[in-house]
Amino acid sequence: MKPQLLALGLVLAAAGAAAPPAEGPGSDAGAQLDQLMSLMSQRRHGEADFSEQKYLSMLKQPLESSGLLIYDAPDHLEQRTTLPRPQSVVLDHGIVTMHIGQRERVLRLADYPQLAPLIDSIRATLAGDRAALERVFQLDFSGTLERWQLRLEPRDAQLATTLKRIDMQGQRDAVHEVQVWQSDGDRSVMSITPRE
Amino acid sequence: MTRPRLVNLSLWLLLLALSALVVARARYSADLSAFLPRSPSATQQLLVQQLQDGLASRLILMGIEGADAATRARLSRELATRLRARPEFVSVSNGEAASEDRDREFVFRHRYQLSAAVTEQRFSSAGLSAAIADTLELIASPAGLSVKSLFVSDPTGETLQVIDQFERAAQPRREFGVWSSSDGARALLIAQTRAVGSDTDAQAAALALIRAAFEAARGAPDATTLAAPATAAATRPLQLLLTGPGVFSVEARSTIEHEAVRLSLLSTTLIVTLLLLVYRSVPTLLFGLLPVASGALAGVAAVALGFGVVHGITLGFGVTLIGESVDYSIYLFVQSRPGGPVNPEHGALRSLWRTIGLGMLTSVCGFASLLPSSFPGLAQLGLFSISGLIAAAAVTRYVLPQLLPRRLCAADLTPLGAAAARCIARVRLPATAAGALALLCLAVLYHDRARLWNRDLAALSPVSAAAQALDASMRADLGAPDIGTLVVVNADSEQAALQLSEVVGTRLDALIDDGVIGGYDSAARFLPSEATQAARLASLPAEQTLRARLASAAASLSLRLDALQPFVQQVAAARAAAPITRAGLDGTSFALGADALLWNRDGQWHALLPLRAAVHAPGAGDIDVARVRAAVATLAPGRILVMNIKQELDALYGSYLAEAVHLSLAGLGAIVLLLLVALRSGARAARVIAPLLLAVLAVSAGFALAGTRLTILHLIGMLLIVAVGSNYALFFDRRAADRDRSALPLTLASLLIANTCTVIGFGVLAFARVPVLSALGATVAPGTLLALLFAALLAPRTLMAPPDGAT
Repeated sequence: MKPQLLALGLVLAAAGAAAPPAEGPGSDAGAQLDQLMSLMSQRRHGEADFSEQKYLSMLKQPLESSGLLIYDAPDHLEQRTTLPRPQSVVLDHGIVTMHIGQRERVLRLADYPQLAPLIDSIRATLAGDRAALERVFQLDFSGTLERWQLRLEPRDAQLATTLKRIDMQGQRDAVHEVQVWQSDGDRSVMSITPRE
Repeated sequence: MTRPRLVNLSLWLLLLALSALVVARARYSADLSAFLPRSPSATQQLLVQQLQDGLASRLILMGIEGADAATRARLSRELATRLRARPEFVSVSNGEAASEDRDREFVFRHRYQLSAAVTEQRFSSAGLSAAIADTLELIASPAGLSVKSLFVSDPTGETLQVIDQFERAAQPRREFGVWSSSDGARALLIAQTRAVGSDTDAQAAALALIRAAFEAARGAPDATTLAAPATAAATRPLQLLLTGPGVFSVEARSTIEHEAVRLSLLSTTLIVTLLLLVYRSVPTLLFGLLPVASGALAGVAAVALGFGVVHGITLGFGVTLIGESVDYSIYLFVQSRPGGPVNPEHGALRSLWRTIGLGMLTSVCGFASLLPSSFPGLAQLGLFSISGLIAAAAVTRYVLPQLLPRRLCAADLTPLGAAAARCIARVRLPATAAGALALLCLAVLYHDRARLWNRDLAALSPVSAAAQALDASMRADLGAPDIGTLVVVNADSEQAALQLSEVVGTRLDALIDDGVIGGYDSAARFLPSEATQAARLASLPAEQTLRARLASAAASLSLRLDALQPFVQQVAAARAAAPITRAGLDGTSFALGADALLWNRDGQWHALLPLRAAVHAPGAGDIDVARVRAAVATLAPGRILVMNIKQELDALYGSYLAEAVHLSLAGLGAIVLLLLVALRSGARAARVIAPLLLAVLAVSAGFALAGTRLTILHLIGMLLIVAVGSNYALFFDRRAADRDRSALPLTLASLLIANTCTVIGFGVLAFARVPVLSALGATVAPGTLLALLFAALLAPRTLMAPPDGAT
């Protein structure tokens, strides 16, 4: 019991320290983003159902899939797809383990500079890790904490050749939608419904 | 100057000059070959080839530590660029994207020849549907972006299939685009030298090049360090770590050379000091060292002539000669009455020559047992000792007396000898007690018989444990080829070797499924046999057929057919593609792999399939060699070998050890025979041999009690105990036979001085860091002391009774 209480105390203290001076002239987008990030960072665990449509130029119809997302702060994110076929992708401390078809693939996210931002952007948003996000993306916050939009655009020209932008929408510490726009016109839309 | 005197001296000088010439022009080597067999079996031959010039022997692993990851990565790139420009290196890899891109491009271009999934079934309508659906599933995953661009050319996913086949799961971690250790603290590179690993000189040159390139790269002006000198100064300085077989052999050579020089200097200094105290004359001392120097020179020359190359390890044993040959002049100087004339035909001296001569012959018998050894290191040592001892004895007998001044200056050691005689006279070891001691030692040895000998070749390795640990950690981080369990395929042609590798591969795949092994490498993975390549291409449908089948697959998957035009065109092009050849791999990292796993020697082609242990299997880390053998046994009798290199090496060493034990016993038999003939008395021969055997038994039992397991060098040490100790025993025998008690004190004094020299020489050796040297020292130093003690204690009572006039 005691260690857990202590850990909780530390987390709260850290969150309090990281939070910006309460309100004030808080309509400023930068401050709002800070508030959102601070809110996110207080969340230790989350589970949500997702459904995703991928619009690919080579396909006449979007690829549809659905399943469960699991997040444990700050470094663990799991996408368990149940339909159309079971597969799972687990990001844990920078290591991605994928079960797709018969195969298990393990890769270090850092080894895949084209892939990493895509997978890590959701994790960093959920963790409230603004610094990690801003290393790779230009952030544009709009709306209010109750109904926010966050646009992520790659800073790196190399990355921009494959990834155009990522749009997220949400309410307070819950992300409701993630849209990924690729530079070749393909895109995906993931809708997220928290389980609690 | 008399005629014979002139002849002797001229002959000696001539032989010295010739020896010096041979020694100066000899080739010296410190590589593994001293430990490798001369007449190997087929398996051993392969083993030796692999160790001497296999790819693993040519890899130098480099690590860069210190500063920050960005600086290390910059240095890694800079170092690799500089080394790639040198002809001494076949390749330098550090994980940079450039070489990866060439590999990917190669795999993509040849995917239909390389992919084991390419069959007629896969390119039927149903097969295409299933394969494309699988690829779409991957594209739908969060990692889909990385494979999406391939889809229009490769919708069946053959590129990924090939990458999976290569099992490059053990890719090193990357920091700033280059390989790093798993903890990220060290940038890593691999260089492959053009020179083989057994070419120690070339390896040393390659290492020097790497160090120079590193220094130059570190010194090169660089924007990042200029911009932030403060942080650069605050971190640990950059340093280069090197490991690999070449590094080991270069370091082993320098360690052995360094140790041999350092210890020889130390023991020489000690012995010279002792002799100066005894002789009280520098000229006498210098005369006394003449036989030693002549013997050493003759020994090295004989080895150079007999073997063509002198092993560093043989030189390291130069000190063994000092141990015995310095004794000869001690006997001469001390036993010829001090201040009296040294006349070689003097009666006392004639008796001395007989004893020295017999002692020398005894030693030669012992060392001759090493000559037939299939362990070249041992054979060289035998020849070195035999020729060195003969030369030293001959110089003592024929040259030294001619050179000595009329009146030899040396201290009178009669008081010392007399004191020793009185000591010995008080103690006596009855034959029964000696027998009991021998039995006790035998009992100890019998009790420990199972773990008496160390059959692990690593026990002889001069490479330090720290260096071995560094090597293991860098190897693990890089997934570099290590020597473990191998399947070796032999065939008459490259294609036959590849085909057989493919067949073996299918059996190994089954073993992976059963969890017997975790995986394997094979040249056939990136260089399939031409038959296999042709079969794969033949299963690709013609363009019109493919279009029709693709249309039905596209309909079920709602694919846009026109998007897959590149796929149709590339399949059509692939059907007419020329087969991949070894030359076609050049420029990719697969070339390195192909050379490591497939080679031609003397018209025979060999393919290696190194096995990896199953990670999750029970008893993980070990491969059940018997099961692997059973799985491939029936495929092509006589053409497939399964071997565990460490087991083979240990078995090889074990056979040397067994051979050396047998040869030593034969040498002992020869010594017994020699003494029986020379002394013409069983009782006298027994009296000479008993103290030697007792000393050997006592030392062996001592090692057993101390928990030290014996190596081949301990055995050599025992031979030396017999060789050196036989002189002691023979002198006691001679005095007893001559019934000449008056000569006893000086004989005893000379034996004491000689033994002290030997104990010093070998005692110093016992502290060497090189295991072979220390094992030898730790055996001989106590062994010869015991041999003298036992020889004195077992000497005839009549001899030891206090001399009449002494009281």
